[in-house]
Amino acid sequence: MSESISVEIREVSKRFGDFVAVDSVSLEIKKGEFFSLLGPSGCGKTTLLRMIGGFELPTAGAIRIGEKDVTHLPPYKRPVNMVFQSYALFPHLAVLDNVAFGLRYKKLSSADAVKKARESLALVRLEGFEDRLPAQLSGGQRQRVALARALAMEPEVLLLDEPLGALDQKLRKEVQLELKNLQRSLGLTFVFVTHDQEEALTMSDRIAVMNQGRVEQLDASHHVFEYPKTEFVAQFMGAPNFFTGVVKSLAEGLLSIGARTESEIRVRARSNSWRPDDAVRFVVRPEKLDLRTKSGTSDGEVSIEVTIEDRVYQGVNTVWVVRSDEGERYTIYEQNDRPFQESSRFRVGGRAFMSWNPRDTVVMEKKENGQLVG
Amino acid sequence: MSEVSNKSSPAPRLLVSPAWFFLGIFFVLPLVIMLVISFGMRGTYGGLKPIVDWWGYLSSGDFLANYRQSLDALYLPIYWRSIWMAVATTVLCLLISYPIAYYIAIVAPTRWKNLLLALVVVPFWTSFLIRTYAWMLILRTEGLANTLLMQAGLIQQPLDLLYNEFAVMIGLVYGELPFMILPLYASLEKLDLTLLEASGDLGANHASTFWRVTVPLTMPGIVAGIVLVFIPSIGQFVVSDLLGGAKSMLVGNLIQNQFSIARNKPFGSAIAFELTAVVLVLLLAYAWWSKKKGQEAML
Repeated sequence: MSESISVEIREVSKRFGDFVAVDSVSLEIKKGEFFSLLGPSGCGKTTLLRMIGGFELPTAGAIRIGEKDVTHLPPYKRPVNMVFQSYALFPHLAVLDNVAFGLRYKKLSSADAVKKARESLALVRLEGFEDRLPAQLSGGQRQRVALARALAMEPEVLLLDEPLGALDQKLRKEVQLELKNLQRSLGLTFVFVTHDQEEALTMSDRIAVMNQGRVEQLDASHHVFEYPKTEFVAQFMGAPNFFTGVVKSLAEGLLSIGARTESEIRVRARSNSWRPDDAVRFVVRPEKLDLRTKSGTSDGEVSIEVTIEDRVYQGVNTVWVVRSDEGERYTIYEQNDRPFQESSRFRVGGRAFMSWNPRDTVVMEKKENGQLVG
Repeated sequence: MSEVSNKSSPAPRLLVSPAWFFLGIFFVLPLVIMLVISFGMRGTYGGLKPIVDWWGYLSSGDFLANYRQSLDALYLPIYWRSIWMAVATTVLCLLISYPIAYYIAIVAPTRWKNLLLALVVVPFWTSFLIRTYAWMLILRTEGLANTLLMQAGLIQQPLDLLYNEFAVMIGLVYGELPFMILPLYASLEKLDLTLLEASGDLGANHASTFWRVTVPLTMPGIVAGIVLVFIPSIGQFVVSDLLGGAKSMLVGNLIQNQFSIARNKPFGSAIAFELTAVVLVLLLAYAWWSKKKGQEAML
């Protein structure tokens, strides 16, 4: 195994009775990266994290941390630490004792343990709270204590199970940036579980999007956002604009797609397995779509005539919901960079043209017998 | 009457008055009567001897005669036995109950919990007296225990299982077990299991987690169980009467004898009052501990 791999998950499955929580997942987490497991509840992300921590044992497969096979080791023998969703602070111990709890097993003198615990509390800016009980802290402070307690152990990998879920939105945004900075400055490997795509994008180097126990896509975070490979990922990343078309030709890496648009769409193909007449699905992100009064064919733009169904003013954006003549529904984000009155060019119930630059077309991976190829 | 004032009779005080009335008549009053009797002298036929010279009786300290008598060396072995048997009962109950309560609260599948709890409570459906008689049938010379042991060939002669301290211990532990299991279960049930995971995550093995997390967090249940078991054990007289011999008399039997065989009510009242005082001190200590811990007392 390469020096730069921190966690290696090899064909790991977990079944609870008949339910398959994690279905033969393989992935590698690099040393020092902020890695997120993203997906809806029940997708298996927390189970996978708990298997890395040792709280669940895999039904099949192997897990390595650093050079060591930890598949069947109990949590207390693994070089990882966890920040629990509920924080799991010991209610009978003061903050300092909570943070120093695990240091006793590190063969540190008690003076060194206290010193280490204080350093760790300083890292999360909680000096002066040493003697408080967890019940006397706010949610944000408890979250910091949980973080300090895990960091004090100097783990090779820090596991975080939706640790920001209980915080209000404003605080959560602050803590996201703090966590990211902390991770960067410590150079520590973070494995972060969340169901919030924005949170994952804000913090992660790479994201594994999970669905029904499988990893649907594993890529750099901006890549997952810009180039979802499957409809599930596209939907989850907030791009529910699906189109159906037919492959006309594939030449020199350019895929030519015929759809119910005024012209063929030419996009860079990410696979050369496409054949003429293959059915193809593609998406365009809402912010890449434009609403026009006229069919805009300049610069090879693609456009479709649609009916406007709804308009939602959101401050920064206006969201348009439109319907194509085939009955497909699309979402368009229009940035409100013009005076408010001007967006009244369009009215609900009226007709308009939805256009986009062909380079913003994201083709879903080809499916063969239900399996993704390429 | 047209002029009834509602303001002078606040409803809450009125509502709790039946409770105070009940406690006063059936609890405080008997206690006061017992205290008064404990200062008296035994009459020839078992009643109270009339006091002629009140001043002389009080100033000479004669009214404390029963309390002095209770400290006689004759009775000390009985007190000592009562204390160590109550302590042993409490310790044994704790050691047996903790794993049982732990299993029901944490390990057992959810659908079994109510059934298991019911099994703990089921013995209460039968009178305690009858259950203690059942132990006589089990422990006596030609009883169930001896029969089984002899048929299995483990012993040649029947063992003397009944009418000794061993039999009393069995009866005490058996009788008090549910009173330890239930409070332990209540506090283990509330235990947040993620805390045990967090402890393991921080390097503590199972034993270490048990002593550093589980025990401190279930301390209210442990202390409540100790109080609930120790107090009835130290005043117990039915078990020692039925299962014990002459050498396993407890303070409960001593008191009982004063009222029945010896017909010395004042002396019996004095010992009973001393026992009540000891129990009261223990309860106050428990209340103080609960308050210090900031925990709601479970009793």
